[in-house]
Amino acid sequence: MLWMRNRSFWMMWLGYAGAAALWYGSVKWIPIGPFRRLPDPVAVITEWLSPNPTFGISIFTSPYYLHILYSTYRATAAFLLAVLLGVPLGICMGWSRSFHRYASSLLGLLRPIPPLAWVPLAILIFSGAEPAVIFVTFLVAFYATTLNTLTGVSSIDQDYFRAAACLGATRKDILFDVVIPGALPNIFTGLQIAMGAAWFSLAAGEMIAAQYGLGFLIMESYNLIQFPTIVIAMATLGIIGFLSSALIRLLGARLMRWREQSLGLPA
Amino acid sequence: MMMAAASPSASPGAAASARSLGGRLSAREVGKTYDPDGACVEALKDCSLEVDAGAFVALVGPSGCGKTTLLNMIAGFDTLSRGEIYMDGRVLAAPERRRRPGPDRVVVFQNGALFPWKTVLENVSYGPVRQRVLTRREAQEKAVDLLRQCNLHDVVAAYPAQLSSGMQRRVEIVRALMNEPKVLLLDEPFRAMDTVTKTAMHQHLLEMYRLSRKTVLFITHDLEEAIYLADTVIVMTTRPGTIKLVINVKLERPRQPKILFSHEYLELKRQAAESIHEEARKAFERGEREQA
Repeated sequence: MLWMRNRSFWMMWLGYAGAAALWYGSVKWIPIGPFRRLPDPVAVITEWLSPNPTFGISIFTSPYYLHILYSTYRATAAFLLAVLLGVPLGICMGWSRSFHRYASSLLGLLRPIPPLAWVPLAILIFSGAEPAVIFVTFLVAFYATTLNTLTGVSSIDQDYFRAAACLGATRKDILFDVVIPGALPNIFTGLQIAMGAAWFSLAAGEMIAAQYGLGFLIMESYNLIQFPTIVIAMATLGIIGFLSSALIRLLGARLMRWREQSLGLPA
Repeated sequence: MMMAAASPSASPGAAASARSLGGRLSAREVGKTYDPDGACVEALKDCSLEVDAGAFVALVGPSGCGKTTLLNMIAGFDTLSRGEIYMDGRVLAAPERRRRPGPDRVVVFQNGALFPWKTVLENVSYGPVRQRVLTRREAQEKAVDLLRQCNLHDVVAAYPAQLSSGMQRRVEIVRALMNEPKVLLLDEPFRAMDTVTKTAMHQHLLEMYRLSRKTVLFITHDLEEAIYLADTVIVMTTRPGTIKLVINVKLERPRQPKILFSHEYLELKRQAAESIHEEARKAFERGEREQA
């Protein structure tokens, strides 16, 4: 097997093992009170894989998957909404100078507002916690998507526009043949950032205003002193976040095969 | 002001047939002033030149002399402040007026502008498809044909990033020729290449010129390259850019690298270098006098 001889493969696992050892050691052997109350990795893994978990959440229980489903649904809805609105807005801003003037200062002013600060207003506007959590999650993903798309459009070399004009392209052709493909690398960078940011603010939103979801599970377990479950929910968030980013990277690589270089051929 | 008259040294028959296709350029006392926040910068002054249909003309000058500005005006990317530019008797550009860029004058760019997200075949067939001159299938057939003539048919399915810079530039020239342009505008296309690649590229370009017989305006800062390739070499000097010298190159075509060592070529190069040196000396002295 090739991967067995791969150095970076073993180093990756060494990194995990080291972190787990550090965690275990600090909980078990460091004589500091607060640390002793934390669950150690063995307790967490046992609980996570147990058919009869002490606190009711493991890979064998259906509530675990209900929480995952809720969180994934909210993150996906927010993310898709952000892509649907953010990419066209970014393209319009990069495409039309006057539109850029309208939108950029407004966006610059709204962006520094922390997403969680929107929660109360969002609950009032949407009259309910569910859309409010999605809205807050959408907001951060939307900023990341819009701004990276804008950067993508404005960083396209002027010569491509000129070449297209020389070859008889109309404005619409230029949009589809130059602007969108030219901005795609940056759009996908934006989508990856957006996905990551969506998970951050989703967890926070769920802690404040939700009945299900991994963020809610973390807060609920804290209130009920079910500490291993907190770590299970955290680790699950990490894994899902990683997988969703990987999915976007994969899609991006498929759409942008033109960026791959091969061995140089003679002139 | 100086009038530059360029005519192809090809056989009369070939020149006549090229002329019927059009592509005669003439610039009359063209000037360009940039006015960023009140500080007038005169980039071009009284540039007049005549380029016959089917001629290969090289525009030589130091960086910043305005040769790319002149090319951009012809292409329709930039406006001019004074004078007019005509193509086949019709106005291309005048103050307050310019014809949009189009497939009758295609530019090949200094750093290359093949669309990286399209394959060679998609790039080359792009123009005729977008102009709705040919269907996609017809355009692709023509593209493959033209690429084969230029020995590029092996790379039709490749993306530009997979090609060497020399190959990319050849594909870009083919993409331009696909549109049957009246004029081919080459903006220092071989600038960033090493000497060996450049020499190979010269032969490829001369071959493509022989096959297509379009009017070529070739911009370079390399005098030797200009003399080797062109029928007429127009030398510009800088600040403001003006046309200083027109050299008629009466070297026979097809041109082979061996003429680089021929007596005629070396003599032309010597004369040209001397006149440029003379101009540079005069300009330098003028500058000193202005300062004094």
